[in-house]
Amino acid sequence: MKKALYGLLLVLLLSLLGCSANAATITPDQTQPSSSSAYIENKGSDTIVNLALAWAERYQQVRPDVRISVTGGGSGTGLAALNNGTVDIANASRTIKPEEEALLEEQGYKAIQFTIARDAIAVIVNPNNPVQQLTLQQISQIYKGEINNWQEVGGEDRPIVRLSRETNSGTHVYFLEEVIRLGNSDDKSIFSADTLLLPSSEGIIAEVRDNPNAIGYDGLGYVTPEVKVLGIAPDPTSPYVKPSVATVTDGSYAISRDLYMYTRQEPAGEIKNYLDWILSPEAQQIVSEMGFVPVQ
Amino acid sequence: MITKRNVFSEKLITRLIQLAGYLSILFITLILLFLLREGVPTLKEVNFSSLFGSRWYPIESYFGIWPLLLGSITVTIGAGIIAVPLGMGTAVFISEIAPSWVKEVLKPMVEILAGIPSVVLGFVGILVLAPFLRVSLNLPTGLTALAGALLLGWAAIPTIVSVAEDALNSVPPSYREASLALGVSHWQTIWGVTVPAARSGIITAVMLGVGRVIGETMTVMMVTGNAPVLPKGFSAFWAPIRTMTATIASEMGEVANGSTHYHVLFLIGLVLFLFSLAINVVAFIVSTRRIKRQERLLS
Repeated sequence: MKKALYGLLLVLLLSLLGCSANAATITPDQTQPSSSSAYIENKGSDTIVNLALAWAERYQQVRPDVRISVTGGGSGTGLAALNNGTVDIANASRTIKPEEEALLEEQGYKAIQFTIARDAIAVIVNPNNPVQQLTLQQISQIYKGEINNWQEVGGEDRPIVRLSRETNSGTHVYFLEEVIRLGNSDDKSIFSADTLLLPSSEGIIAEVRDNPNAIGYDGLGYVTPEVKVLGIAPDPTSPYVKPSVATVTDGSYAISRDLYMYTRQEPAGEIKNYLDWILSPEAQQIVSEMGFVPVQ
Repeated sequence: MITKRNVFSEKLITRLIQLAGYLSILFITLILLFLLREGVPTLKEVNFSSLFGSRWYPIESYFGIWPLLLGSITVTIGAGIIAVPLGMGTAVFISEIAPSWVKEVLKPMVEILAGIPSVVLGFVGILVLAPFLRVSLNLPTGLTALAGALLLGWAAIPTIVSVAEDALNSVPPSYREASLALGVSHWQTIWGVTVPAARSGIITAVMLGVGRVIGETMTVMMVTGNAPVLPKGFSAFWAPIRTMTATIASEMGEVANGSTHYHVLFLIGLVLFLFSLAINVVAFIVSTRRIKRQERLLS
């Protein structure tokens, strides 16, 4: 009888202990959801998507309690999503357009811009194409449809097949403004109608790799060794320069641009921490690993 | 014997079927209204000459839908030329000629073919078909209307085969027997009796196939090059092309809600809707007319 009583007491004691142990573990559990609910939605430029993914993965190690989801779709798509409020950070490979900014202001927000990396646009051809270099003027004429055979720029007698990203790509808009129009905002010329508009960077690389007639352009981070990168000169008298971290940093490569992240208000909390970390040396190290050029 | 419970469940089932029928009418009407609401403002924002211009470059306000319209038509015609004879031939073979064990193998194979996702077809197109076309036909690029037509023809064949085969199967055996009993050959029976008797089902099959082709998006976006070139004659097959569906798919994600570009994309959607409506109406007219003539012959 007595034994049973002791036994009961023991059980009670143990269960109490268990309770207190549970209580002790509950406290951090309860605080964790509040910080792990820190969830950052990041979307936009396909140029940046791989870099953003690499950042998000590394940030997971720095701050395991913050979850970041990264998707591509194009700069326009990201900024439209920022406007609709479905993302916290939009990636863009071009600056925000005045009309996109106006749409944000209509809803009482203000676009805040962060320059997160620099990118060079490489002009690429098939490795079997003997052409090694082009001037900006020649590239512009090719894409406007004024030069239609490789012979006219020192190559073989082959038709030129022009490749471009779709119009929702920031790279497309940048290329239109800075290369086809040569930075001249009064110039209203556009891509030749027979320019192939491919939905992805990979599509461009694949077609250039296989097709000796093709010319394409893409962010330096996407260029694989299977295609040939052309040297580019701003005018015929200047030296031809190939894109690299060094030539982009010293400004000698003609087609390079800044890459941006946008928020729709002054960032706070976890979003601010993340953006601060992106500009830290650790994150900028990843920028160079991914084939882009650090901003610091 | 009719019990009360049977009557009740019968009524319930009738009501449910009725509801399903009405719902589909309702949905079509709602879709049409939505397309009209979002698409019609275009007519105020873009003037007609620019809307039917020859250049599509929406980010600089070139809204010529003509190249897209003709692009879709080109691919559809090409796919139709490939898919209709092959699909009907396969259906006739499976239903009328093949021995039963071949039939049992072929039918599920064709159905598996129908299940291939269009994005997979697109990959095959990019990696195999386009380079092959470029080299073998000596084209500047393999990403052409022809590549799209071939792949879409391939995608439409299973639809045509399975519907046409069902139609041929439902022809009463007495028709064939009567024909054969008159001393007519097997081939003449197929061509002169079975196929005409199944005509309305075969036309439905063709129209469903064409409908699948005109609405297909992913494959054409991947293999046709998406260059909004105005097709000129037969040579358009060897050149890149941009279809209406690929345009909507690749640009809808980017446009700002309510902008002119957005409205134009919906107008293109409306045009696509009218296209499939027209196909269905034509199919309906053709098949009903045939039935009447048969009835006249039989009477």
